[in-house]
Amino acid sequence: MKRVFWVLWAAAFVAGLAGVVERLVSGHELAAYGSYVPWGLWVAVYIYFVGLSAGAFLLSTVIYVFGVKRLEPVGRLALFTALVTLLVALFSIWFDLGHMSRFWRVYTSRAWTSMMAWMVWLYTAYFLLLLVEMWFAVRADLARRSGEPTFLGRLARLLTLGQADLSPAAMDRDRRMVRLLATVGVPLATAFHGGVGALFGVIGARLFWHATIYPLLFLSSALASGSALLTFLTAFWGPGRGTREHRELVTLLATISLGLLVLDLLFEFAEFSISLYATIPAAVQGFLLVLFGPYWWVFWLVHVALGALAPIVILAVRRHHPTWAGVATFLIAATFIAVRLNIVIPGLAYPEIQGLERAYIDHRLTFRYFPSLLEWQVTAFVTSLGIALFALGLRVLPIVTVHPREA
Amino acid sequence: MNGQRGSAKGQEMPDRARASRRAFLKGLGAGAATMIALDLLEGAAATPARAGVATAPPAPPPAAPPGAPSAAAPPPLPAGATENLLLRMQEDLQRAMRKPGHERRWIMVIDLRKCVGCSACTIGCIAENRLPPGVVYRPVVDEEIGTYPHVTRRFVPRPCMQCENPPVLPVCPVKATYKRPDGIVEINYDTCIGCRYCITACPYSARYFDAGDFHTAGTPAIQAYERAPNHEYGRHWVRRRNASPIGNVRKCHFCIHRLDAGMLPACVTTCIGQATFFGDGNDPESLATELAVRPNVVRLKEEMGTEPKVYYLL
Repeated sequence: MKRVFWVLWAAAFVAGLAGVVERLVSGHELAAYGSYVPWGLWVAVYIYFVGLSAGAFLLSTVIYVFGVKRLEPVGRLALFTALVTLLVALFSIWFDLGHMSRFWRVYTSRAWTSMMAWMVWLYTAYFLLLLVEMWFAVRADLARRSGEPTFLGRLARLLTLGQADLSPAAMDRDRRMVRLLATVGVPLATAFHGGVGALFGVIGARLFWHATIYPLLFLSSALASGSALLTFLTAFWGPGRGTREHRELVTLLATISLGLLVLDLLFEFAEFSISLYATIPAAVQGFLLVLFGPYWWVFWLVHVALGALAPIVILAVRRHHPTWAGVATFLIAATFIAVRLNIVIPGLAYPEIQGLERAYIDHRLTFRYFPSLLEWQVTAFVTSLGIALFALGLRVLPIVTVHPREA
Repeated sequence: MNGQRGSAKGQEMPDRARASRRAFLKGLGAGAATMIALDLLEGAAATPARAGVATAPPAPPPAAPPGAPSAAAPPPLPAGATENLLLRMQEDLQRAMRKPGHERRWIMVIDLRKCVGCSACTIGCIAENRLPPGVVYRPVVDEEIGTYPHVTRRFVPRPCMQCENPPVLPVCPVKATYKRPDGIVEINYDTCIGCRYCITACPYSARYFDAGDFHTAGTPAIQAYERAPNHEYGRHWVRRRNASPIGNVRKCHFCIHRLDAGMLPACVTTCIGQATFFGDGNDPESLATELAVRPNVVRLKEEMGTEPKVYYLL
């Protein structure tokens, strides 16, 4: 099983790497998005992974800010998950830029009116905060390890940055710093991911996106998908697998995931029902595309059946069983890409001016979009990179530890 | 039948028409000479012209060969020549160019009653700006009314509306798109990062992404016409991989580079039915303004409050 997984991983990574090289050489020539559907898979993958990141991080603050001790064993796992998924997201959106080398201009242009600029500034602050908080959360364990004459010992010594103090005062400082950073992180992560929702919500030209609920919906969906991912990871790689504590921990996380999923579905229903009953056809178009368009199955089969109904049923009856809880939450987390695709593409895939698609025939001047091979390759690359970083982190960093009370 | 000044439907007397055609051809020659001069002078001549629009009265046009009439300050046209609508608009344009940039307000008027849907403007624009596949600044939308076989069609050319309140400006994360003092919405190819956020924010789908395609890709050689520079924004842009304008968002700019040389936008001069008019909205004497104030005028999606500067005559 493990071997099969890593063979598949290697295939995805190699194919993905080839795609990345091709992207860097040939630019956007081989991508399927164009001028009428200017955003595609990479943008959807970006908001998918930043959602996972914000969700995992906000869950970690339940431990570090609100002091929920029962979840403490997964605190570092949540932080590390947030860090890796954020990196994957940033890679995906970077490849989407027309001029990758000019990204720094967002920091120097002071475009106060642009939600995209705000989002970039906020995720930069969030990324730095995650790094520092992560460091304070693992420093003591790194310091403990740094005496070992092994590779991991040497790595740990390097990562402590010379701060090997294990006195109660130093450990207390670590705890206070983690708490402080997590407290600052709550409004920061909320602003950042709410801001991603606002990025779409402020576009008045696209009635499909222009909804006040968007920032809130993005937060609820981040919490639903992020907590599901964390539950899945805890079920299969969490601390003390096989023990009663592990089972109880997974059950608690699964219950939280179930609740957050239901909350998210409620918000989604509010958005869909209001828009579908809108009396102006232009406001309904995008939703009709989601429900009955050429990719109707992405909504009904992937999102509703696999991503909502199946996990709800499994979690309702089997959440006390870590494996079942893990499978159900994996379904939620993995199929959430369907929700993200159904935000980005249907908002763009209908003409703003009737007849435009027949005015000039070109493969980039159409309202039908399906990702090209190159786009899938780059997505395979960033995803497999994330998996590798995660696996590596679990192996070399004290993320999953057996002494859970020492956060 | 007498060529009434300002009438869009005005007809010329035959001898006057001949005279004005000759004058027009002369004007074209002057324009071409100016373009050649611009080419020779490279960016040196073009760049100040571009800056001049924003800050100062237009720079004097480059010297034309002796004997040819200057494009920006032509000798008085022969009597009756203004009855040629193109010549009248060119005269309007040159009058406007003598004003400081912020006193001009370029507008376009498209007479839908005259548009036959030939797409000459679309192609003229593509040739002028050397547009690649997937980028078309001025498509002609073809609306079908009725059900087959009882169909009628209506044609609506769709350039950039050069909105007075452009929804695309606030979303740009690097301030690469902005409204010039003369009202034209410009994209700075050097700063645009190609995020395409503005494409989503334009209610008219008037912004395009240059993904790097070539018409002759996949043939033995990319043809020279695709490698030749265009003159957008008064500069010389050669399309090369990973270099602007490839990877940028692009749009109609009312042919700023032609205006700076005293020439009308390419779509105006290529229109076979003279259905497109262009001029300074701040000049009550200009033909375009005379047409734009008519009661049978609409603008696209006017209820959005974007205040387009493209008017459609019905």
